[in-house]
Amino acid sequence: MTDPVLEVRGVSKSFGALIASNDINLDLYPGEIHALIGPNGAGKSTLIKQISGGLRPDSGRVHFAGRDVTDLSTAARARLGMGRTFQISSLAMDYTVLQNAVLGALGHRGDVFRFFRPAMTDPELLDRARDSLETVGLEEFHAVRTSELSHGQRRQLEVAVALTLSPKVFLMDEPMAGLGGEGSHRLMGFLDGLRSQAPILLVEHDMDAVFALADRISVLVYGEIIATGTVGEIRENPEVRSAYLGEEDA
Amino acid sequence: MRRETILNFSLLGLLFLFPLWAWVADEPFLITLATRAVIFAIAGVGLNLALGFGGLVSFGHALFFGLGGYAMGILAHHAQTYVPMFTWPFVIEGTTSMPIIWLTAIAVSALVALGVGALSLRTSGVYFIMITLAFAQMFYYFAISWSAYGGEDGLSIYVRNEFPGLNTMDPIQFYAICYVILLVMLFFVFRLSRSSFGLMLGAARQNEDRVQALGQVPYRMYLTAFVISGAITGLAGALFADLNRFVSPVMFDWHTSGEIMIFVILGGVGRVLGPVAGAALFILLEHSLGGVSDYWHIYLGAILLGVVLFARGGLFGLIAGREVAHD
Amino acid sequence: MSSILLIEQALNGLQFGVMLFLMAAGLTLIFGVMGLINLAHGSLFMIGAFAAATVAAATGSFLLALAASLAAAAVAGVIVEVVVIRRLYDRDHLDQVLATFALILIFSEGTRWVFGSFPLFLDRPDWLSGSVMLPFGIRYSLYRLAIILVGLAVAAALFLMISRTRIGIQIRAGENDREMIGALGVNISLLYTLVFALGAALAGFAGALIGAIQSVQVGMGEPVLILAFVVIVIGGIGSIKGAFIGSILVGMTDTLGRSLLPALFGLFMDPAAATSVGASLASMSIYILMAGVLLFRPKGLFGGT
Repeated sequence: MTDPVLEVRGVSKSFGALIASNDINLDLYPGEIHALIGPNGAGKSTLIKQISGGLRPDSGRVHFAGRDVTDLSTAARARLGMGRTFQISSLAMDYTVLQNAVLGALGHRGDVFRFFRPAMTDPELLDRARDSLETVGLEEFHAVRTSELSHGQRRQLEVAVALTLSPKVFLMDEPMAGLGGEGSHRLMGFLDGLRSQAPILLVEHDMDAVFALADRISVLVYGEIIATGTVGEIRENPEVRSAYLGEEDA
Repeated sequence: MRRETILNFSLLGLLFLFPLWAWVADEPFLITLATRAVIFAIAGVGLNLALGFGGLVSFGHALFFGLGGYAMGILAHHAQTYVPMFTWPFVIEGTTSMPIIWLTAIAVSALVALGVGALSLRTSGVYFIMITLAFAQMFYYFAISWSAYGGEDGLSIYVRNEFPGLNTMDPIQFYAICYVILLVMLFFVFRLSRSSFGLMLGAARQNEDRVQALGQVPYRMYLTAFVISGAITGLAGALFADLNRFVSPVMFDWHTSGEIMIFVILGGVGRVLGPVAGAALFILLEHSLGGVSDYWHIYLGAILLGVVLFARGGLFGLIAGREVAHD
Repeated sequence: MSSILLIEQALNGLQFGVMLFLMAAGLTLIFGVMGLINLAHGSLFMIGAFAAATVAAATGSFLLALAASLAAAAVAGVIVEVVVIRRLYDRDHLDQVLATFALILIFSEGTRWVFGSFPLFLDRPDWLSGSVMLPFGIRYSLYRLAIILVGLAVAAALFLMISRTRIGIQIRAGENDREMIGALGVNISLLYTLVFALGAALAGFAGALIGAIQSVQVGMGEPVLILAFVVIVIGGIGSIKGAFIGSILVGMTDTLGRSLLPALFGLFMDPAAATSVGASLASMSIYILMAGVLLFRPKGLFGGT
């Protein structure tokens, strides 16, 4: 079996008396979609932040691409190949769609400290940006100001920007939140193909999407992972059913 | 052509033709007035880089304006009194060469901006505003108590510094120097605003999380912008001191910071030529209202209040409309 | 330097710090509750001093003058809040800075227009002039001592008001969550006006007290305003406790720096150079203090998370 690209080992984090992450172990292997589910307030966002670098765990380590990244900043982890999409769209709202995508291409190339050559006429950046816009189906909106996009289109743009980075893993925080039925269906089809490019750690509320897409699922409840397994295993797990899925069905 | 572009060229054309007309009409005072406007515009172009493009509300750009002024004052003072600045470990003489003075002003301002910025940018929001203000005040009080260079009274120099091939005491020739420097700075900032750095800096202003997720560190973008911004304003300070042949702690005063900010706001934040429009308008107001009343700052205050409350976007916002995202 | 002189300087530092607190408390409250950075706070200081000087000249009563300073600054505060400041709560800090900077221009030039450029004088009352004997044979100005005591009393009253009274609870709620106090049925707009008037009155009061030590003139509020900014940056914006500790720190550092540093450099430099270098460094000392605090605590000593 190949080594995992991303490994979370014994990560714990508490805020005062609240234990947001309790000895969490999680890994992500090449080619898979690993879904992280759990009720609201289970600590999913806190965990994602510790993986991506926004929060430092109290204890435990995060390994990524063969090295310990626990002490690295968000930016440094992004440079190593963590591509992240945010739960709340995090884009440059005054820029056009194309400008946002070019930003991603620029981040990928890394030579940001150039002060004289116009970025928006650089063919290399434009090609990469247009490619990813095309992949998510936003190419016709390239000249639209991002603040004027619909909610669903912003989610698509988030993914497009992550694509321009050609990351080694995708961390996706509720990419389908707020998308209509058709929108999530399209995105699902897209994510399905994306896993061959890079594995995805997917935080998602939409259970149908999770069960349709995920290779493995981890269930987070009150800061603890109570189960990890295939879709079938998780469906059948009595603990998960009582802690989580039971509530969903009711 | 877009209205903003038309406005840009009209402004530059006006600043070209007006002094020319004043020269023909033999009105040296009007040339000096235009020179002030152009120098203020350069200072504003510097601040606009931090404020407009980087979203860094620096309330202490008088610091760099004053540093540039004192770079001029100190170098020229030593050259004119034939006393070297340092004799140990090696001898550094003063100079009356404008290009050397400019480079010194730029270098000193950039260096101080690096230190002040590195510390101030650890904070954000209202802390940043107050800290930049406080640092400028620190230099203000230092200049007042530094008696070697005139203390509170400041430093006068007898003749304007020299530029090869030009008579800098001739108002129109000195104006030409300042105008060309303004054009160079505008061109530089225009290119910078569209460069990779400019694009990413603007993104950091809008959304720091996004920039980090792209592997970039907003702090470094801000610090770089702050240093360049300080250097440009420092250069303006050297020119301003040369225009007056005088430098005093007033250049460090927080009212100066406020005025540089006013140039940017009156014109329109984040527009490349905004500070040019703002500085020209400021001089126009100063000149016309100053003639009406000794207390013209009341009217200036009222106009500024009106712009902030009802006409955000300044002159450019009024004439050229909302900024269009360029691609 | 003798220890008696040192104690006297320390008392001066305390007096200065207490005055700064009256300014800083209003600034930090207004920022904490309304999220507003108010540069025009120095103008309210000036208005208090001018009102006091005018009333003292007309009536000869120092107490009436103090009352006038409180009233004038509070009224000016209410007018400014209702006419201008109210429109700024939802704006970004840049707009707030510019609008309140515009207010300074209007207030300063307006005052110059009415009162002229010559300074006014506010005399200390007879019953507060002269000096008192303190323990250890220290002779100290009665007026300055009174300022210290009054300032400390105001600080104590402010702490009690914030921690014990109904309006204090509303203020603290407002600092934490603006929508919550609306939900509690508090009249937010009235609360904001009150807080602003309170801050203004404190600033005006400080202006009157200081006016009797220095002269009363246009622009007198500005150095104090900037020091008050340094204070709340050091103390942590929004924290009354931070404002108090910051004020005392800044007051002490500034006053002691001015008297001690020249003497300190005098130990190993010639007197003229020592005075010059010492004075330069002393004038920078509080900013160095601020930079030092920020290096370790970017949100100030008592700043929130």
